[in-house]
Amino acid sequence: MDVQNKDDGAWSPYIAGGLSGLVIICSVLWVGQFFGASTSFVRSAGMLGKVFEPERVAQLEYFIRYLPQFDWQLLFVVGIFLGSFISAVWSGSFKLQGVPDMWAERFGSNPAKRGIVAFFGGIIAMYGARLADGCPSGHGLSGMIQLAVSGLIAMIFFFVGGIIMARIVYSGGKK
Amino acid sequence: MDMLIFGLLTGMLFGFLLQRARVVRYDKQIAALRFQDMTIVKFMMSAIIVGMVGIHFFDVFGLVQLLYKPVVIGENIAGGMIFGLGWGLLGYCPGTQGGALGEGRWDAIWGIMGMIVGAGLYAETYSFLKQNIIGWGNYGYLTIPQLIGVNRWIVIIVFIAGVLALFRWFEKKGL
Repeated sequence: MDVQNKDDGAWSPYIAGGLSGLVIICSVLWVGQFFGASTSFVRSAGMLGKVFEPERVAQLEYFIRYLPQFDWQLLFVVGIFLGSFISAVWSGSFKLQGVPDMWAERFGSNPAKRGIVAFFGGIIAMYGARLADGCPSGHGLSGMIQLAVSGLIAMIFFFVGGIIMARIVYSGGKK
Repeated sequence: MDMLIFGLLTGMLFGFLLQRARVVRYDKQIAALRFQDMTIVKFMMSAIIVGMVGIHFFDVFGLVQLLYKPVVIGENIAGGMIFGLGWGLLGYCPGTQGGALGEGRWDAIWGIMGMIVGAGLYAETYSFLKQNIIGWGNYGYLTIPQLIGVNRWIVIIVFIAGVLALFRWFEKKGL
């Protein structure tokens, strides 16, 4: 297995991260928006739900609090997709892949197996993010930047949970 | 309308930087949780320290509006933990998985679908949670400097020193 993936053209995470910090500062200065992402999934769920069961969505308190409509953050999340796509194509690092290398090395290259785990992982992660009232963007980046105690606690437990699950998933093998 | 365009453009810049530093992919996210490659932590912490200095600098002059979340111990810990467990399975975050899809990692589609379902599930169970869990340990809006009762710039300097020491240690260990 080729562990050392071709990563020519990768920027230093210190530089790219630092520049992201500047983007956050500009965003807060100009439009008063800190980064966040998980609320967008609530709005998306509401929008999809409205297609099938509009009455139910109109009833649920949580969708009244977060109305199913487009806002700054939802477009921000869409923008991440576009920005990454442009960067990947431009730098020649775009690659269609349905099973990550590390996963394939351990569990084989069956995309359905990976898909099922990813789907349930997504359900659990978002449920937790909503309960915590934020994800690594909202609590991690934005919360920590503002020295919020809530951001610090959530961030610590994001990693505690993640480390535990990664250990469980990849336990028993070499390293 | 302007807000939507700003959201899209900000997301594109962020997505570009995320992809350039290669932090959106499963292998990098899980490698951090397995202590093999700390690229995502370097990126995140660099964004946080730059953002921290900038936001608090402009806050001194009243040019930005801080907007962080209250401390609710039960939600922050339980939600954080649940998110982490899901993250360890999925290997993508709510904000960055759009970026993973953008560079061709289409297993992120399962994660996105799972997250929309997870958000819907949360909305469905919200009234139950509100009666039982939500609000437990509510300490309101609290920052780290307020909690320990020192000037925020002292906290920022100590935090940055800690992060730089961590970076040095990562580089020494080749993480």
